[in-house]
Amino acid sequence: MSLIAFFGGIETGLIYALVALGVLISFRILDFPDLTADGSFPLGAVVFAVCVMAGVNPWLACVFAALAGALAGMVTAWLHVSLKILPLLASILVMVALYSVNLRITGGTPNLPLIGAPSVFSPFVAADYSNQFWVQPLIIAGFVVLAKVILDWFFNTKSGLAMRATGVNARMAKAQGVATSKMILLGMAISNALIALGGALFAQTTGSADLASGIGTIVIGLAAVIIGENLLGSKRILWITLSAILGALVYRLLIAFALGNDFLQGLGVRPTDLNLITAVLVVIALRLPVIKRSLRRKQSS
Amino acid sequence: MMHADNLKVTFNAGTPIENPAMRGMSLHIKDGEFVTVIGSNGAGKSTFLNAISGDLMVDSGTIKINGEDVTRLPAHKRAHLVARVFQDPLAGTCEALSIEENMALAYSRGSKRGLGFALNKENRELFREKLSILKLGLENRLTDRIGLLSGGQRQAVSLLMASLQPSKILLLDEHTAALDPKTAAFVLELTDQIVSENQLTAMMVTHSMRQALDHGQRTVMLHQGKVVLDVSGEQRAGMDVPDLLNLFEQTRGEKVSDDALLLG
Repeated sequence: MSLIAFFGGIETGLIYALVALGVLISFRILDFPDLTADGSFPLGAVVFAVCVMAGVNPWLACVFAALAGALAGMVTAWLHVSLKILPLLASILVMVALYSVNLRITGGTPNLPLIGAPSVFSPFVAADYSNQFWVQPLIIAGFVVLAKVILDWFFNTKSGLAMRATGVNARMAKAQGVATSKMILLGMAISNALIALGGALFAQTTGSADLASGIGTIVIGLAAVIIGENLLGSKRILWITLSAILGALVYRLLIAFALGNDFLQGLGVRPTDLNLITAVLVVIALRLPVIKRSLRRKQSS
Repeated sequence: MMHADNLKVTFNAGTPIENPAMRGMSLHIKDGEFVTVIGSNGAGKSTFLNAISGDLMVDSGTIKINGEDVTRLPAHKRAHLVARVFQDPLAGTCEALSIEENMALAYSRGSKRGLGFALNKENRELFREKLSILKLGLENRLTDRIGLLSGGQRQAVSLLMASLQPSKILLLDEHTAALDPKTAAFVLELTDQIVSENQLTAMMVTHSMRQALDHGQRTVMLHQGKVVLDVSGEQRAGMDVPDLLNLFEQTRGEKVSDDALLLG
């Protein structure tokens, strides 16, 4: 793997680290299987693109993208807590609806080019793009570190603890006076805000806001979370968030390696096989603890 | 002070499996009173408890706690008045959280949860002090996941958690039913201790007549969704299980047929 490909893997990995943190909140902390991600990721991208093209400062455009994601997450949560629709179905409904919403935002085209448009990277990238390969990952890393620090802090506050309790044991949380519905609304908003922010950054690194970029977001996020859990596996928030970030990095580096590997390409593996490979990876990662256990049992018997 | 008046709840109303779980349940509990509640399966014990805690909305009737009408309030909005220990040790605590985190959750029961840290030096010290009462060595295991504790240990911690904040009524829902006899005795003793030390108003549902008479100052018996017996003071002091059964037969004109009640 070349150095450029390595940094490319790190860059995408860091973007998906934001997605992984979002998925961590919905799937793990709130125990809310949320597929909104596939819609909120491109939502972040298109909201960013439209804002920047309207002359909004790219940093502010990122904030708007995150807010749009938060709103999408809240709609999913509302469908569940107020209308009592199953979490999985509620999120699928919002995901499908977002496809149309995203097309509305772009004005009907599935792809908005951002070449030449200002980005959060542009002030720091040299005119000849010579430093782009490390400047971009560095700035994205800043976003990731900031998100991690804020989440670590939040989940150790009284409200954050109440949110964690909501996911683990909602009945007990209610008995302790936690408004669990509000916690789900807030948690889903934070989750999808992070995912949409990831989408906005992704659009800036690829130079276009593409509706197709959302396909498989949830699976990638889940892959990152599960890989991270297999790598670290801890119950402390500090480590849980770190494992999601590491999981995303490891996953993207594996993908970058696989896509640049001559042997695999000789076998006929193509970049478009990415989602298939990811799905298979998730299945393996999900089964890993069971396989480990049965291996241990065989050894001991 | 807790006033429940004429509570009615029917499950699956209008269907062949219609079940009138409460048919005019009324009970007044004075401040500082420890009431034990018995009744056979289906008498409406759990339904009554769930109605007071807000887990279940009644069809009609009123519930007042400390003078406040809470009949239509959901569980989390009653939490400043009601403390609770569940029957299932798993239900009353958050398995994936540590002992100190569970206690911190309970420490904020009924108050607004802002963005202050859930744990700090002072409340850790308080939790350690409270846990040391149990003499289970848990004061040195604050950061252990509560899922690692046994059922009895978890019920003991649940009791402590229920007493961290003042409440107007403490609901104990057969909280020793899932424990072995020795652990159950320990948890019951702890219950008496915590209730008397904090002068709590408490309502303990139990399956055992023995327990019902041995603990608290007043015993009520539920039958078919109503209070059918209410004994306290001198009448109760001299009572044994057979006396309670006789009294039940006199008032109802039928025999108690639930083995669990007789054996308990």
